[in-house]
Amino acid sequence: MEASSIIFSDKPVNVSYDGTWYGLLTAVFEAYSKKWNVSGFSTINHESQSDFFAEKVIVVTDEAKAQRVWLGLKKKVPKENCIQLYRCYLSEMPGMEFAIFSCIKFYFSGFDSPHLAYGNADVLKISQTSKMVYREKHRMEAFVRFQRTADDLYYAGIEPDFNVIPLLSQHFAERYADQNWLIYDIKRKYGIYYDQDKVEEITLNFSNETGEKTAVKDVFHDSETLYQELWKNYFKNVNIPSRRNIKLHVQHVPKRYWKHLIEKK
Amino acid sequence: MSERLHEKLEILADAAKYDVSCSSSGSKRKNHNKGLGEATGSGICHTYTEDGRCVSLLKILLTNHCIFDCAYCVTRKSNDIKRAAFTVQEVVDLTMNFYRRNYIEGLFLSSGIFKNADYTMERLVSVAKKLRTENKFNGYIHLKTIPGASDELMHEAGLWADRLSVNIEIPTESGLKLLAPDKNIKDMIEPMTYLKKEIIRTKEESKIFKSAPLFAPAGQSTQMIIGASGESDKDIMHTANKFYKGFNLKRVYYSGYVPISNDNRLPELGSAVPVLRENRLYQTDWLMRFYGFHVQELLNDQFPNLDPEIDPKLSWALRNMAFFPVDVNTADLQLILRVPGIGVQSAQKIVGARRFNKLGWDHLKKIGIALNRAKYFITCNSPITDRKDYTEAKIRQFILNESRSKFLTNGGQQYNLFG
Repeated sequence: MEASSIIFSDKPVNVSYDGTWYGLLTAVFEAYSKKWNVSGFSTINHESQSDFFAEKVIVVTDEAKAQRVWLGLKKKVPKENCIQLYRCYLSEMPGMEFAIFSCIKFYFSGFDSPHLAYGNADVLKISQTSKMVYREKHRMEAFVRFQRTADDLYYAGIEPDFNVIPLLSQHFAERYADQNWLIYDIKRKYGIYYDQDKVEEITLNFSNETGEKTAVKDVFHDSETLYQELWKNYFKNVNIPSRRNIKLHVQHVPKRYWKHLIEKK
Repeated sequence: MSERLHEKLEILADAAKYDVSCSSSGSKRKNHNKGLGEATGSGICHTYTEDGRCVSLLKILLTNHCIFDCAYCVTRKSNDIKRAAFTVQEVVDLTMNFYRRNYIEGLFLSSGIFKNADYTMERLVSVAKKLRTENKFNGYIHLKTIPGASDELMHEAGLWADRLSVNIEIPTESGLKLLAPDKNIKDMIEPMTYLKKEIIRTKEESKIFKSAPLFAPAGQSTQMIIGASGESDKDIMHTANKFYKGFNLKRVYYSGYVPISNDNRLPELGSAVPVLRENRLYQTDWLMRFYGFHVQELLNDQFPNLDPEIDPKLSWALRNMAFFPVDVNTADLQLILRVPGIGVQSAQKIVGARRFNKLGWDHLKKIGIALNRAKYFITCNSPITDRKDYTEAKIRQFILNESRSKFLTNGGQQYNLFG
């Protein structure tokens, strides 16, 4: 059903959007301005499971409407709190759209400095989830391990818990400004590529699931093995055995990240 | 050739690892020339050793040849160990190649003292200079300054490095005399004083001239070895306080002594590294820097040593029960910061959140404070459940029963609970 044809504002509505950030902001715009009784959000193409009794409304992404929400938010709360909402969207956690929607509603409710209301369940949830996503982003900034290929591309495969690739471009573009690099999310099958000028989102066509290995590993630069070995050796030698504390080690470097860490492979 | 490089790296990383500083934060160097790297953010720990310490920098000695004979140092002249030295180019190549692969935030370069102070310092400076100029490297560089090096070299070091440090190592002058007869306090204090002046001067300059060059933008730091010379916690922290106040140091590091020799002036080989004590000292350091505590409140002639069983904030609170209870819904931030179990971020959240509604146990728990400790010291908008007129000893007992220090459970290296 089209968004404009809603008649009864008290009927539960499941808002269906295209899964993009602008799509979600558009959905928030429609739901807020039309005072829908939102029961949940779902993405087009994905059947929502629980909202059996709610009416499904498809929202068409409209950049102008999305911008209005975003700019409005910026007037209500500090920039960091706006970005928190975006990070929560990237968490891909079930039910997160609804928390984002509720939180935005609260931010627009007229309180002074509403972002400080940590006693409010939505504000707290957004703050906590955002922290988790930020942590994952920070971890990726730490755990990305580039491997230099023969044609001078620095390649890194990652499998983050959350969809943090969009949060990484700026950091890596500023830092590695004089080398071509590619960071690829193997799980979500897309990545960002930098050509010493700009960052682009790309998808790769591997012939099969293990294609990533055959595509990249055979074409290492001559020096790659040397530096990987030196790094492993360094890692071994900075350890102080009499202070051994594996629990702390694993807490800082959780096992699920090991397979992409040269020093832990 | 690569075998020799491996061997050098083994020897010279191994010898550098007792320097605990790994900080790569606090600088503001941008990648201004489209070169490699930047050092603007809060620093990144790229991995952690199996002892749980952060690895953010390539931390190596240029050489472990040394003319000094400091008893606590593995590199001391009289120690019979393999010696090695990197060339300037080798350090540059390692740094660039590790950095390009996102292994590190930058370089931490120290050195044994060969020939004399100036000769050594000159080599360290030349590595940094080469990285900055020929290689357009904008990552983090931490250089050790060699006690007794000339002002000119110190100045040049400040131009290329983000952070400079001289390790004081032994917190008391008598201890230094005993364990490091070749060193004297004056040689260590002088470069710190010079750098402090230069850092202040160049900061003032950069306010006037935007283009003024950076000078050690991440400041200076130092390190003390803990448990090598019979010093008290008070000796250590009062010395640390002097460095923070007198020399504007960014950080003081505390490094539990790792026994490395049979010298009878030192703890014998095989004795445990005082990791718990080290942890308590860092907690004290944090209380001084972020919680508004004065060192005298935490360590004084009456209490010259920290309580190993409980953290220094709780220890202070139990000695000062008259401060409590604190009403979290009305008290100043400064007071809330003094409550055991409430950290800086939680304290700020409390002050922000209480404007909207009065906070009860539930809110406080969700905000993330450690109620098992805090509940004895606060009142809030919920009925009092656990704050009767307990004595100091009783509270201590309750808290100890509920929480077992990670250091006590984790192998129990230092304190045998039932022994």
